[in-house]
Amino acid sequence: MGGTTVARETPAGDLRLANLTKRFGIFTAVDDLTLTIPQGSFFALLGASGCGKTTTLRMIAGLEEPTSGQVLLGDRDIARLRPYKRPVNTVFQSYALFPHLDIFENVAFGLRRRGIRQVDDQVARMLSLVQLDGYGRRRPAQLSGGQQQRVALARALINHPQVLLLDEPLGALDLKLRRQMQIELKRIQTEVGITFVHVTHDQEEAMTMADTVAVMNAGRIEQLGAPADIYEFPATAFVANFLGQSNLLAAEAAGTAGGEVPVTAHGARYSVPADRARVDRGPAHLGVRPEKLHLVGSADQVPAGHQHLTGVVSDASYVGVSTQYLLRTSWGSELSVFAANSGTTQRFAVGAEAVAHWDPRHAFLLPREPGEDDRTSPVLDEPVGAPS
Amino acid sequence: MSARFWRWLADRWVMAVALLVLGYLSLPIVVVAGLSFNRPSSRLSYDFHEFTLDNWRNPCATSDMCDAVVRSVQIGFLATAVSTVLGTLMAFALVRHRFRGRAGINVLIFLPMATPELVMGTSLLALFVAAGVPQGFWTIVIAHVMFCVSFVVVTVKARLAGMDSRLEEAAMDLYASEWQTFRRVTLPLVLPGIVAAALLAFSLSFDDFIITNFNAGTTVTFPMYVWGAAQRGIPPQVNVIGTAMFAIALLLVLASTLRGRRARRAALPVAPAVGGAARRRS
Amino acid sequence: MSALAHVPTGQSAAAPPPSARRGRHRFLPYLLLLPGAAWLLLFFALPLVQLAAASLYDPSGSLSTGYALTFAFGNYPDALAAYWPQFVRSFGYAALALVLALLMGYPLAYAIAQKAGRWKNLLLVCVVAPMFTSFLVRTLAWKTILSDNGWFVGVLRDVHLLAPDGRLLATPFAVVLGLTYNFLPFLVLPLYASLERLDRRLLEAASDLYASPVRAFRRVTLPLSMPGLVAGTLLFFIPASGDYINAELLGTPNEYMIGNVIDSAFLVRLDYPQGAALSFLLMAAMLAVVFVYLRRAGTEEVL
Repeated sequence: MGGTTVARETPAGDLRLANLTKRFGIFTAVDDLTLTIPQGSFFALLGASGCGKTTTLRMIAGLEEPTSGQVLLGDRDIARLRPYKRPVNTVFQSYALFPHLDIFENVAFGLRRRGIRQVDDQVARMLSLVQLDGYGRRRPAQLSGGQQQRVALARALINHPQVLLLDEPLGALDLKLRRQMQIELKRIQTEVGITFVHVTHDQEEAMTMADTVAVMNAGRIEQLGAPADIYEFPATAFVANFLGQSNLLAAEAAGTAGGEVPVTAHGARYSVPADRARVDRGPAHLGVRPEKLHLVGSADQVPAGHQHLTGVVSDASYVGVSTQYLLRTSWGSELSVFAANSGTTQRFAVGAEAVAHWDPRHAFLLPREPGEDDRTSPVLDEPVGAPS
Repeated sequence: MSARFWRWLADRWVMAVALLVLGYLSLPIVVVAGLSFNRPSSRLSYDFHEFTLDNWRNPCATSDMCDAVVRSVQIGFLATAVSTVLGTLMAFALVRHRFRGRAGINVLIFLPMATPELVMGTSLLALFVAAGVPQGFWTIVIAHVMFCVSFVVVTVKARLAGMDSRLEEAAMDLYASEWQTFRRVTLPLVLPGIVAAALLAFSLSFDDFIITNFNAGTTVTFPMYVWGAAQRGIPPQVNVIGTAMFAIALLLVLASTLRGRRARRAALPVAPAVGGAARRRS
Repeated sequence: MSALAHVPTGQSAAAPPPSARRGRHRFLPYLLLLPGAAWLLLFFALPLVQLAAASLYDPSGSLSTGYALTFAFGNYPDALAAYWPQFVRSFGYAALALVLALLMGYPLAYAIAQKAGRWKNLLLVCVVAPMFTSFLVRTLAWKTILSDNGWFVGVLRDVHLLAPDGRLLATPFAVVLGLTYNFLPFLVLPLYASLERLDRRLLEAASDLYASPVRAFRRVTLPLSMPGLVAGTLLFFIPASGDYINAELLGTPNEYMIGNVIDSAFLVRLDYPQGAALSFLLMAAMLAVVFVYLRRAGTEEVL
């Protein structure tokens, strides 16, 4: 199946949101949002529930009217067009397939509403794109969750939208199917070349599929960029702990000196390369990802150039590919450390003293509210980067 | 006493009582059906005397009874049509819109269902008499619409509220205008609720006696005919009508159940590809 | 139906509260409500006002000579003084019938909801089926069943549960039996609905936590079926206490309930002020019962 299956009829142009705001009474769901989604990209809006990501999506679809701001497709402001007047289609959360129509009619719905009579060929091609040939006469209730999801996708894609919106499209599927559909969606997106805007609360899903991820919090975008860039160098403490896990130590930065930012944390002195510091003076969080921390038995085993701190192992969970340790520091915080079970690293028992060390080039420095303490996350919650 | 014994006892005990109660509920139907084949010994006798098919061969032997049945059907259709339209409109407003005075409207809809029929009947009579409205066919229709509307609202509302509003959003997202969305998605999905409401309204109207009795003037509906005849002696044909009503309603229910089952079967996989998942009927 | 055309317009129920809705929808709900609400106001609410007025008419008037609204509040104590036995009887019979109906209806609803398996729908149809035919015809059938020459009375006489000349028809027993029969489905259906939602695992959890079946019923099943029980008892009690058909067809004037009195006041004696006063007393009594009952049922004391 080549990229010609679904050709775009008109060049779309980038999707731009300009100062987009939505208030419900006194609650601001989306707060002065401005961003550009390049044509043909796979864009993910990532955030916890209630962060405004779905409202943003609904405003692009036309299901919600913005309080103010613009939704621009190319040069055209579509913010106040009715949903059926927009070249935008949606794959709804839990699919919203029409239960009274069979699969064929579900997929043909959009074409028929636009007065197209000959739909058979297009529907057949669409069903084979999503690998559902021969399912046309079944009802939605007779399909499995994954099949329904693909019908929902076919039903939207058949209209050659300029932008396809996906609202938690995989949320109702079990883990294995979700992985499979992630790859499938990515394949289809590459084939059809349509701009995909994908809303999800699943960081792993966003990172797997999207070219660009925007992390949303309280109606605003906290950080926008390629998944690896955001993960390796988060912009805020929120992002550092929403996308994967981070150990954030309360520190004081003392200004840039010789390409480095020296910091003091809990009485010890460390440093971070200047290009990995979001602040260089005043209260800061010194951050290191758990998998970037390495445990050794004593300080003389720390490689040259690495920085370290000492603590006592308070918990060790063996999870197969890795062992996840909690290291209690002398001031009482607990740091997460993921050690790959590669057979080359030493194992530590609970109660043992250990030294955690890291390469300063893997650390990062984030702004911190004065008075805010360490932000370490002892809850081991399916970390990114540690395959489970 | 082991838990198993208790469970065994509870299972059998509850089911046995349930079946006895069902017998109690069904007994009069059996008697009505039986009496429809009875040739009574006298006009005022309610006992089974002699088997005959005459009542079924000639159900309209007492012509005023059949007139009453026809009148009840006419009133039933009119009251059903009007109350279904009014109630459906109200249900849409209540489920799909936000407006001031919702609480008041809800009370107005709830009260007729909680008020004794006697009070509704007498109050309407008081109004018609005070206003000098002659009572008859049309006052009955007015009264029936009044007490049916609330039941229609409740029934349609339940169906509408259970409907996923994302389906309508999906339709609009797929280029259906407001009218097309209503015509292609909303209406087909709500229709079973509206049909159920109409059937309920018809049966309420057809069987109503108390409210009708106060507002009928000299017009006679089927229940009023039965009431009047109870004093003078019931013609056995009344049981024919009662049995026929029961049979028709039962057939309707069975037909709709069977149709539902057949529709599900017909929709089963045409291409027996990966059959497993598709065979989950629900 | 054309007024429905604009209904689904973007009024997504799942959406958060719409703030600035399009102007053309502001009056739509009122338009949709208008005909139905007007009908109810005109033919339900207004008649109640008229009935209130009628209950305060000068009782010396008559339908032919006309009534005068003299705010004759004395109609109420007069009516009550004359017919309090029928009032008491109405509520007594209805309460007795309710107890019988609960004893029969609870096991029935429970069996259908939890034990019937694939027979569930069939049994439900059996509960509703009697209502497929006329209320009056069914009540008359009881006249045949309870008849002095019928097999039922015969059997009871043979086993000496009934004196040789004892009868069932035209007794309070027949009236209560008729009431129970006629309104039982109204009790069973809501009860079934709430018992059907009862998660069996809760009972398993209860027995896991050392509750005997009786205790599990008292502590889990019964409280969880409360909404259906409250709705069902009200749906049973309200029409049962206002009924007069069973008393008329299965009883004698000795069994007459308040409904018979009101019926004759309006249709036979043509004493509108008294009939209206009795109707209002009935409604007030009913509202009081409902109110007290709901307040008690709202708390756990009802157990």
